[in-house]
Amino acid sequence: MNFVLNDALAGLAGGALIGLAAAILLLGNGRIAGISGILGALVNTSLPANWKENALFVAGLAAAPVAYAAIVTKPDIDITTSVPLLIAGGVLVGIGSRLGSGCTSGHGVCGMSRLSPRSIVATLTFMAVAIAVVTVMRMVMA
Amino acid sequence: MRNIVALASGLVFGAGLVVSDMVNPARVRGFLDMFGGAWDPTLAFVMGGAMAVMIAAWLIVSKRSATLLGHGLPGKPSGTIDARLLGGAAVFGIGWGMVGLCPGPAIANLFLGGWPVLVFIASMLAGMMAFSLINRTA
Repeated sequence: MNFVLNDALAGLAGGALIGLAAAILLLGNGRIAGISGILGALVNTSLPANWKENALFVAGLAAAPVAYAAIVTKPDIDITTSVPLLIAGGVLVGIGSRLGSGCTSGHGVCGMSRLSPRSIVATLTFMAVAIAVVTVMRMVMA
Repeated sequence: MRNIVALASGLVFGAGLVVSDMVNPARVRGFLDMFGGAWDPTLAFVMGGAMAVMIAAWLIVSKRSATLLGHGLPGKPSGTIDARLLGGAAVFGIGWGMVGLCPGPAIANLFLGGWPVLVFIASMLAGMMAFSLINRTA
């Protein structure tokens, strides 16, 4: 294991901010901060009446790291995946998150914290599958 | 007001992802690579921090009949665990493991991640659109 205390503390602090963001959306607008649901509604053929909310949430999500990069430091974004796998991975994430009605934010953060059985099962499933995929990819590439 | 709340939530969400370094797919895959000998546990702390705050938020919600702004609250989650939920989660897990990006960090990386992130986002949105089309006719 590669435990770094500062990383763990930054993780807790960043995680608390993610929870706060989800709490703002829930306690303010009564909405679940599920990114795949918000994006899925934006690219759907029939836009819901609250599409502006969704668009503004996405705009904030994309803008905050730009501000962080300008004020604090530019984060490393290391993507080692080849282009065909990048495309396949993107399509699978898009279809899978919509089919399973949620991703790491909706099921993982929002659903698990209200002890939703569906979200707990979904999160355990995608965690286990992702761990298996990364393990197999490492063994194949070794 | 709803629009301001949504924008503020998105901004704080993006800040949380960048502060925790979960915008970096290598960090996420470092967590998922549990058996590689150099496991990076950071993502577990991120989930712990986020869930601690959200558990408090759900406790507040459970005592109320409307949000602080007077809007309706989300309904109780359905308890149905079916093939669609399991299959969708598994398909999502394959893609997440392959790249190390899920929808939140992908969008947070929109302006900083360069062309690989744009390729991933375009593919992800195409997958979501394909799902909408199939789901509508099914």
